[in-house]
Amino acid sequence: MSYIDNILFAVLLFVGIGFFVKNVRKLTRNIKLGKDIDRSDNPSARWKNMAMIALGQSKMVKRPIAGVLHIIVYIGFIIINIEVIEIIIDGLFGTHRVLSFLGGFYSVLIGSFEILAFLVLASVIVFWIRRMIVRIPRFWNKEMKGFPKNDALYILYFEMVLMSLFLIMNAADVPFQQADAGNPISQFLVPIFENFNASTLFYIERSAWWIHIAGILVFLNYLYYSKHLHILLAFPNTYFANLNPKGQLTNLESVTKEVKLMMDPTADPFAAQPEGAENEVPEKFGASDVADLNWVQLMNAYTCTECGRCTSACPANLTGKELSPRAIMMKTRDRLEEVGKNIDANKGEFKDDGKQLLNDYITPEELWACTSCNACVEECPVNIDPLSIIVDMRRYLVMEQSAAPQELNSMMSNIENNGAPWQYSQMDRLNWKDEE
Amino acid sequence: MNVPIMADLMAQGKQPEILFWVGSAGSFDDRAKKITRAFVKILNHANVDFAVLGTEESCTGDVAKRAGNEFLFQMQAMMNIEVLNAYEVKTIVTCDPHSFNTFKNEYPQLGGNYKVLHHTQFINQLISEGKLDITSDKYKNENLTFHDPCYLGRANSEYESPRSIIKRLGVNYTEMKRNKATALCCGAGGAQMFKEPEKGDKDVNVLRTEDALQTNPKIIATACPYCNTMMTDGVKAKEKENDIIVLDIAELIANAKSL
Repeated sequence: MSYIDNILFAVLLFVGIGFFVKNVRKLTRNIKLGKDIDRSDNPSARWKNMAMIALGQSKMVKRPIAGVLHIIVYIGFIIINIEVIEIIIDGLFGTHRVLSFLGGFYSVLIGSFEILAFLVLASVIVFWIRRMIVRIPRFWNKEMKGFPKNDALYILYFEMVLMSLFLIMNAADVPFQQADAGNPISQFLVPIFENFNASTLFYIERSAWWIHIAGILVFLNYLYYSKHLHILLAFPNTYFANLNPKGQLTNLESVTKEVKLMMDPTADPFAAQPEGAENEVPEKFGASDVADLNWVQLMNAYTCTECGRCTSACPANLTGKELSPRAIMMKTRDRLEEVGKNIDANKGEFKDDGKQLLNDYITPEELWACTSCNACVEECPVNIDPLSIIVDMRRYLVMEQSAAPQELNSMMSNIENNGAPWQYSQMDRLNWKDEE
Repeated sequence: MNVPIMADLMAQGKQPEILFWVGSAGSFDDRAKKITRAFVKILNHANVDFAVLGTEESCTGDVAKRAGNEFLFQMQAMMNIEVLNAYEVKTIVTCDPHSFNTFKNEYPQLGGNYKVLHHTQFINQLISEGKLDITSDKYKNENLTFHDPCYLGRANSEYESPRSIIKRLGVNYTEMKRNKATALCCGAGGAQMFKEPEKGDKDVNVLRTEDALQTNPKIIATACPYCNTMMTDGVKAKEKENDIIVLDIAELIANAKSL
């Protein structure tokens, strides 16, 4: 008996999973480049969010067609992957359909996998049609050119091929078809192989089996480079998402300290700094690069699957402005990847590359077009918060660079001078009372 | 118009139940001042024990915060909190969803803890307590649609208060296609009210007005002074100002009851 197959399989499995683990490490390191933020409160609400939104897909179905198709692919993907357990055992130990001793239950299991595989295949084809024939506008915004567009198509092709291989594998398995149980879909493919002799069929079955498992491993490793990472990150992303009302922005604590000092009549503005403080770099206000964002915002960027629901609801984007919330997330991820590669190339330390998220990726024009309406946050099926990044970057522009648009500067100096965004005296605040 | 002022009541040793926060738009903007007066008429009609800060009121700082100026926001917030706490204010009612949002969500962390109500919530409360009756035939069967303010709706999940008031007016109510959580912004939020829009192919308020026009309204109801301005401008841009009127919910009630 030859063990070459089994050894080959073990090596393939080891390399496939090994690479994946390596990429997951890189992913977590990059996310941890973000600033700390405490999201450990209220675990019960967080688990509930994860169960409802990620596991239960509750926000997906707000757009019913895409939602239902997505649920089919999602359930199919999870359940058909139970089959992978059998494939791994068979591969490692040279068995064939090791779980078939389960008898009638095995037939039910494989039968439902086949039905799901067929439904997934059909849904993925509809997805492709929506994207390429119907050309739904949110798939054709300008940030969806080049790799983002191809990435989406590769994923669809991958799924089509994997599902087809699974069905072909079953159809070409002569003993399995002869047993005629658990083959509700593959039995219709059998006529294709009618005139094939036994050994050809055997090799077709074996090839489908090998390509199927190799394909799964390749797909697993493609995740890190793709928008498809959402299948994993949707879970932590919904768990760690903001639980406060959407209208609530954070109050910067570093600012609170300074404002309190300013308003304290007993504070001495000329007091000497405490020992050692003169060497401390004061904290930067707002964000100009990925390391100024918090780790949840960075995880958001990796989680984004570029569905574009945010952008299709954004008032700025709908009226032809430069801003697209999806592009904010994509650009954040691109810059984060660039920073990660920089760290890899420089032995674990970031070497200044003269670039940053602001200007080199996200322009002030995009940031100033936002109405802070939260439509993007509301739309996101996995609770990504593009608005928080926009606000953090506006903070940098205003507080570090004094680079607000001129009209906003006037508005702000009015507030400083007379307590209203317009040039009216505070003493006239009650004049409305006597006007009719 | 009877408008009690906090400092006067304090001098008389009185503590009103409600502080009506007028806001900068409500104090200075000509259109918004009408909303302010309509709401005061309702307060007086329902014999509400309220006061305003008058010249002691200042900008909440909300718009500075949304523009990125956290310094200015926190300075305004802390000054306002000193005034509000000195008067031992317990409940704040405001017609401005932006003030409502910042008082409710952003002031507590800075030491300002109040019960905060948007005027549509407060009016509903008055109705359910039997202190205000808004039944009237004035707007009976008029075509009306309502535009959700982002900072009341999505920001704070309050969709029902304005709708339940509107339903009591007996109007022929139609929702816009984009409503409640999916409502489109009027275009004023995030400090846009105070600047020219970025380059694009349309103004947001015109797009939102087109949403409203699809319902064939006589009245577009709003619940925010900024939304009111934006929708009024949108109606003008569509040259419909002779057919369609934009009114705040407080104005609808004041008109309905001829206050």
